Amino acid sequence: MSARSAAREAVAAVVDPELRVVTIEDLGILRDVSEDPATGEVVVTITPTYSGCPAMDVIRSDIRRALATAGHTGEVRTVLKPAWSTDMITERGRARLAAAGIAPPAPASGPVPLGLPGVHRPDPVPCPRCGSSETEEISHFGSTACKALWRCLSCREPFDGVKPL
Amino acid sequence: MTPSPLDVVEYALRLGDDALVAAQRLADWSARAPEMEEDVALSNIALDQLGVARLLLTYAGEVEGAGRDEDALAYLRSDAEFRNCLLVELPNAGPAAAVGTPGDFGVTMAKLLALAAYQWLTYERLVASTDGHLAAVAAKARKESRYHLDHATQWVLRLGDGTEESHRRMQAAVDDLWPYTHELFATDELVGRLSEAGVAVDPAALRAPWLEIVEPVLAVATLDRPTDGWAPEGGRRGVHTEHLSYLLGEMQVLHRAHPGARW
Repeated sequence: MSARSAAREAVAAVVDPELRVVTIEDLGILRDVSEDPATGEVVVTITPTYSGCPAMDVIRSDIRRALATAGHTGEVRTVLKPAWSTDMITERGRARLAAAGIAPPAPASGPVPLGLPGVHRPDPVPCPRCGSSETEEISHFGSTACKALWRCLSCREPFDGVKPL
Repeated sequence: MTPSPLDVVEYALRLGDDALVAAQRLADWSARAPEMEEDVALSNIALDQLGVARLLLTYAGEVEGAGRDEDALAYLRSDAEFRNCLLVELPNAGPAAAVGTPGDFGVTMAKLLALAAYQWLTYERLVASTDGHLAAVAAKARKESRYHLDHATQWVLRLGDGTEESHRRMQAAVDDLWPYTHELFATDELVGRLSEAGVAVDPAALRAPWLEIVEPVLAVATLDRPTDGWAPEGGRRGVHTEHLSYLLGEMQVLHRAHPGARW
């Protein structure tokens, strides 16, 4: 295995500090792992989920630690473009979220319809516990910036859902 | 035409200070909101605003090239150096409230409706800015501000078309804040130069689409749309209400007392 692909493997295994069931690769926030040809240092490029995501500092230091453990030195760069979307979460990431009781997001592509909200509610997401589609959103805002708060009307359990962005 | 770097700094500070001061006001609700879900919601919205403010202030510092980072700009400028609109600095209890009066949730929601509609319209257009960094910040922020707008709309509907008491207070909040919304759309030479260069969004062009968002919400909420009249302004050139000085006193005290303090 080349040094670069070993570094990539180490970095891709870093888990998200707030959603510890998915890796940064699963979430689609790991943009690139490359090697600076001049210095031989590894350059890792990531992007934030939300502008104010408080996990970014922890993710950066976790990446540095993963590189060091794998015997590499490198730097972490942050890019904003293209803006992260929940559509960038991989299939494996969606499956891991669902298995942990967090509903994966509905597709976010295209503009969010602008109407009078309160009249327009998001389409129900299936309950990650019992699979029922009889669910309702309690709040757009949940325990982390990227999640909304839901409740299942069948099994009555509350659950988190990653909100489409 | 290449825009002057100092113009870009000033414009980034206007957008960034709006977000920073709004974040500080919203954060005041943490652990004091009317219900648990609302506590989480307002803290999340404050966090989004703070995130955008950090990106914009960092950028303003870089373009300025005088060695000021986001902390220097947030914590070491005086009130007259802030470029936010007056609307965001008004106390949570309303523009006429005495210092220390507990927050009024209707005021916070009326303010958020006005601000989020304005920010969303701004960011939607700023995505096409010829300034690549401003465009990238806007591309993230527009999706977040859509959620803020949605949240404020739902509460204005619920409170306006709620009980007699909630209707009375929601109407009072809208009436008190309406004069301050005019400043959002005020334009000046700087914005004129920057929008000609394709960098900035001309705020004057946003009033019509803003009314198209806000007026139907007020109507469905059974609230009267206030008449246009008094239009206080000054924030964009550093002439603020006394409320900003108190806000900054609280926000800056730790950093000024312990320079370079870290968690």
